[in-house]
Amino acid sequence: MLQFIARRLILVIPVLIGILFVTFVMTRSVKADPCFVMLGERATQEKCDDFKKRYGLDQPIIIQFIKYMGNMARGDFGTSIRYSRPVVDIIAERVPMTFELAMFAMLFATIAGVILGVISALRRNSAADVVTMVGANIGVSMPVFWLGLMLAYVFALLLKNTPLYIPPSGRLSSGIDLPQLAAYWHLQNLSGAGKFFIDLLSHSVIFTSIVTGNFRATRDALWHLILPAIAVGTIPLAVIARMTRSSLLEVMNQDYVRTAKAKGLPNRMVVFKHAMRNAWIPIVTIIGLETGALLAGAVLTETVFALPGVGTQLISSILARDYPVVQGFVVVIAIIFVTVNLLVDLSYAYLDPRIRLE
Amino acid sequence: MVNEIPSLIAQPAPETRKSPFMEAMRRLLHHRSAQVGLIILGFLILVAIFAGVIAPFNPIKPLTGVVRRSPPCIHILGCPASQPQHIMGIDSNNRDFFSRVIYGSRLSLIIGIVTVSGAILIGAVIGAVAGFMGGWLDTSMMRVMDVFLAFPGLLLALAIVAALGPGLVNALIAIGLVSIPVYARIVRASVLSTKDMEYVQASRALGASNGHLLFSRVLPNAFTPLMVRATLGIAVVILDAAALSFLGLGAEKPTPEWGLMLGEERNSVFNAPHLVFFPGIAIMITVLAFNLIGDGLRDALDPRLSQPGS
Repeated sequence: MLQFIARRLILVIPVLIGILFVTFVMTRSVKADPCFVMLGERATQEKCDDFKKRYGLDQPIIIQFIKYMGNMARGDFGTSIRYSRPVVDIIAERVPMTFELAMFAMLFATIAGVILGVISALRRNSAADVVTMVGANIGVSMPVFWLGLMLAYVFALLLKNTPLYIPPSGRLSSGIDLPQLAAYWHLQNLSGAGKFFIDLLSHSVIFTSIVTGNFRATRDALWHLILPAIAVGTIPLAVIARMTRSSLLEVMNQDYVRTAKAKGLPNRMVVFKHAMRNAWIPIVTIIGLETGALLAGAVLTETVFALPGVGTQLISSILARDYPVVQGFVVVIAIIFVTVNLLVDLSYAYLDPRIRLE
Repeated sequence: MVNEIPSLIAQPAPETRKSPFMEAMRRLLHHRSAQVGLIILGFLILVAIFAGVIAPFNPIKPLTGVVRRSPPCIHILGCPASQPQHIMGIDSNNRDFFSRVIYGSRLSLIIGIVTVSGAILIGAVIGAVAGFMGGWLDTSMMRVMDVFLAFPGLLLALAIVAALGPGLVNALIAIGLVSIPVYARIVRASVLSTKDMEYVQASRALGASNGHLLFSRVLPNAFTPLMVRATLGIAVVILDAAALSFLGLGAEKPTPEWGLMLGEERNSVFNAPHLVFFPGIAIMITVLAFNLIGDGLRDALDPRLSQPGS
């Protein structure tokens, strides 16, 4: 098993470097000069050269890339041109929000998707099946950001004076404040990886509110996450439901399932102990593949719900041509995506021993 | 490749067997979800062609004497006949929203079809060369494709737009680039699986050139999977293009593009929800049509892939 993990890890590295290189070259081969964007249209050539020298933009791209990789390995992602702050700090601020959103969306999509898929497969061609499959078709065809806006309209405006009201934007209601964990734990003088880690935890509203015992804030944070999580989770939900249905239908026709039925096992046992065990493999694959859609959906949904996550930062940095930040977030997204795929591969090995032994 | 053999055997008795293509078309037209998809698509194409006739107003020029963001006014639903009819209301820039939504169909269909065609063309060349030539060329090309595939499409497109600068054409280039690897892989796979088959070798033995082998013997096998992927791909492209425009990185004002319209009007959601509702529905219907046809095509063209009960 360890060997399997090691082999997969080694395979991941060239892909990561490839993604980095592609985006690095692209973000740097822009027509619009970052120096004019940052210093204004009337910046003199002299000032511009000075600016480029300061950020190392005057060197050949390959040298810049090697330097960047070296710095990155030491945890230095460069400095934001726009905010003059280390990119790492911005990453620590923004990633937890997106992570929380993606986690809840995936949880929602997986649980609801598998349940709907199993019901559809077991009651094939029933009303429930038809409704689920038509719904799944509509679900994959909806723009995520539009669904978000519509949910906000229904739950924040139409249901305004009912108990079903859900806030349409923001992370926490005004008046609820959380302490910085570094201060709370008296760890202000940490630096490097330790500081980064504490910053990450501190900006995870749900984590911070739980460890500081502020459960009102936890509830409030979850309440604010409901609509975005539904919006982000809908497409994966539809895909997972479809995959669960077809995967289970296929397995249900196999001989060993018939044997299980024939020897008189209760239906529940046949489905969940025998059939689902094999049906899981394609479902897990699709869950892994949907992570990409999920991250993209999170980026779009954050802008709709005004959530301070990776997406809102990425878009505003793209528009401001703040490359170090764009590049930093591309790295983060690539690492998350590749890690999830690795986890999916590992779960195959768990679900199907043949893969482990290959 | 398998369907090739029965069609050859069937040659002596053509009157009892339809060609595989006609057979697939027959299956497609009998497929329930494909029927729905084709009807919707036909309707959308008609709307796009006759947009100039259907739309009562200019989609770009602001109207005078109208109330900004006023709700829909439809005569048969009780809107006083003295007022001019605005089926989807007026947008934030005093334009007739219905006309904008109608013209949007043109743009979305063109975006989907042009982008996917471009991606297929480039992808097919890459895949065919990689599969046909093999060796280091194949390995290096496919590794590059893997890198592209290893990153969520829309986010990679975002990064590319970041490099090229915002704008509809750049957004489409980005989305097209991101979808190339899928087509390259499909073509490569079908080239690899057919290039050593006996009928290809027979052709080679008869002195056919590489080009002839590739285009007349090998590539036709890629047609089926490409058609399926392309139809589903158009759906993805339309959604992604709308998303980039929504974020302000795609189509520019005052283009009647559905994603951009949503982006422009997203702050109106609480006081003029119709301005958000209609473009979203339009995107959804268009994407749904391509998804349904794609599913139908998959079942019709490749019976082996068809899922039980679908």
